[in-house]
Amino acid sequence: MITVTAARKHYGSFLALDDVDIDIPSGSLTALLGPSGSGKSTLLRAIAGLEGLDGGTVTIDGRDVTAEPPQRRGIGFVFQHYAAFKHMTVRDNVAFGLTIRKRPKAEIAKKVDDLLEIVGLDGFQHRYPAQLSGGQRQRMALARALAVDPQVLLLDEPFGALDAKVRTDLRQWLRRLHDEVHVTTVLVTHDQEEALDVADRIAVLNHGRIEQVGDPVTLYERPANDFVMGFLGSVATLGGQLVRPHDIVLDRDRTTALALDAKVADSPGVITATVERVVPLGFEVRIDLRADSGERFAAQITRRDAAELGLHEGETIHARATSRSTVVDHDPALAI
Amino acid sequence: MSTTSVARPVGDSPPVDGAGPAATPRAGEDPSSPHGIPAHDTGAGLTVVPRRNPWTWVGVVAVLILVAMFVNGLATNPGWDWPTFAQYFATETIIRALGTTIQLTVLGTIAGFALGVVLAAMRLSHNAFLRTVAWAYIWAFRSIPLIVQLLFWFNIAYLYQTISFGLPFGPSFGSVQTNDLFGALGAAVLGLALHQAAYAAEIIRGGILSVDEGQREAAAALGIPRHRQFFRIVLPQAMRSILPNAANEVISLFKGTSIVSVLAIPELFYQVQVIYGRNSRVVPLLLVATVWYIILTTLLTIGQYYVERHFAKGSARALPPTPVQKVRARWAGLALRARRETAEVAR
Ligand SMILES: Nc1ncnc2c1ncn2[C@@H]1O[C@H](COP(=O)(O)OP(=O)(O)O)[C@@H](O)[C@H]1O
Ligand SMILES: [Mg+2]
Repeated sequence: MITVTAARKHYGSFLALDDVDIDIPSGSLTALLGPSGSGKSTLLRAIAGLEGLDGGTVTIDGRDVTAEPPQRRGIGFVFQHYAAFKHMTVRDNVAFGLTIRKRPKAEIAKKVDDLLEIVGLDGFQHRYPAQLSGGQRQRMALARALAVDPQVLLLDEPFGALDAKVRTDLRQWLRRLHDEVHVTTVLVTHDQEEALDVADRIAVLNHGRIEQVGDPVTLYERPANDFVMGFLGSVATLGGQLVRPHDIVLDRDRTTALALDAKVADSPGVITATVERVVPLGFEVRIDLRADSGERFAAQITRRDAAELGLHEGETIHARATSRSTVVDHDPALAI
Repeated sequence: MSTTSVARPVGDSPPVDGAGPAATPRAGEDPSSPHGIPAHDTGAGLTVVPRRNPWTWVGVVAVLILVAMFVNGLATNPGWDWPTFAQYFATETIIRALGTTIQLTVLGTIAGFALGVVLAAMRLSHNAFLRTVAWAYIWAFRSIPLIVQLLFWFNIAYLYQTISFGLPFGPSFGSVQTNDLFGALGAAVLGLALHQAAYAAEIIRGGILSVDEGQREAAAALGIPRHRQFFRIVLPQAMRSILPNAANEVISLFKGTSIVSVLAIPELFYQVQVIYGRNSRVVPLLLVATVWYIILTTLLTIGQYYVERHFAKGSARALPPTPVQKVRARWAGLALRARRETAEVAR
């Protein structure tokens, strides 16, 4: 369990962490999600001790480590930009933390072999980092971090520098690895898809503050505010409220739309709009609409529904959010 | 010759020499010629070899003529006086003087680089006072010509007749005559080392700065204590940029020892001067010194190559081959071609 309490960090007059409180439960895989510059790395590096805090405390498994240097915090850290020890082979890189701790040779050999197998690098022991691909290098970095049996594993956009395909493969691989190894893990990412895909808890950061912490479903379905809602998926503004585009139903007939309406108390009501564009997106179709009030929004419906409706540009339609829709009141101050 | 027909484009250029195993290249490998143009199979059993630029040959011939003239001069001009050269080249006096030169180089290098490491650490320190002291030292010792400094140390006994050992401003435990502590040799080593330290410090500092900060952070995150982070992670990688410059420094220190002759220390250059002062055979004796300087610099250069290669591990996808490996590879290529040709002739 990692507990960060009232963490503050200034860079000059810029406030990078603004009284951050967060608990990271043991054994979880928590993602720190937020736009670039929101303070994710700063928070992670403060947990690691690579960055000092101006105020607040960090405890790891009940031990106050605020004043401890990184080497005494029991952490494993993987950096976005490969920080492989370039003058050592893959094997020496992974073994390094253990060699320095003067563990018995046989124990080191066994541990390193096991880890290289787990990360799928057996057979690459004698290569130098320069002779590996980006994905292999990050897996090596992960093995190196895990070798010293850290209490917590901290990953700062570990797959950020890799291409999209490798990135998706590696994050699924990381998820399986976590299910096997079960070490408390904090993953920094700016990619909401990555966070939703691998994490069992997500903390959303913005301007050095934590906006909301929760499991992926809660965050997606009951976002605390506009920012969280906007950051975790696309949104449309419908009658002054934010909804997910695929939570909008369209109907030619105003009465059926109204019948649906009667079942929901806090519904945003039925909006009459003009179809501006029909954009096929593969499985779904996006309909760009303009409400009578002049407000523009987009709805996303399945291909089949689109075929049934047979919409044409310029035609008038009735739109409303479905009952199980995510709706938050629009707060212009939080708008992205 | 081989029974393989060799198609050559216009002209009479011979096949690229040393193209050895490239005579029939396999798909996927591109044995580039010295011109960077890959030879390729025409598919009709013909091998295309790149054309040579005629100006290359003009250049080669011109240089060969100049070299031949120079060698001829060395051999035939009686002014070089080779018999005298041979007479003195390996005499005991010269060998002993060479020993002194090597001793000055080794002591100057060790002491200079040891102090250089300390100064570099001070310049990189968080403490402004230490940083300033180191900066001032480097500024001062790079400003004073070595010869001036050497003469100054040689005459230090004039400033301080005795040096006492004890607490600063406190009681003294004993003292020695400055002249006993600083013989001429001591003054020379001190001067060379202090001078060398200023340059070594800058080279080492540059090397350390060239290592990415992420390397140290990664080591810290692995739980490596601070001094180990420096010696196991930062320094080995810094060595890559330190070494070539350091080797230059050692070589120039080695030749720089000749300046020490002003202190009448019997090193190589001083002894050579003494001898030609007696027998007036200036040129052959200068040649004796020159040849020894060349031999030792060559040895240092070879050593440098292998040390640099050691520290280059991991910096490139593949290590460059050693000269020995290159010769072997070329030999293997020639042997392969010879075997292939005999096989074809037999057929
Ligand atoms: N060493 C530094 N000096 C000054 N500003 C910094 C420093 N490190 C980060 N910052 C600033 O702090 C903010 C948060 O940075 P960071 O935590 O790296 O964001 P991210 O969420 O992208 O990881 C950014 O605006 C960044 O410019
Ligand atoms: Mg970052």
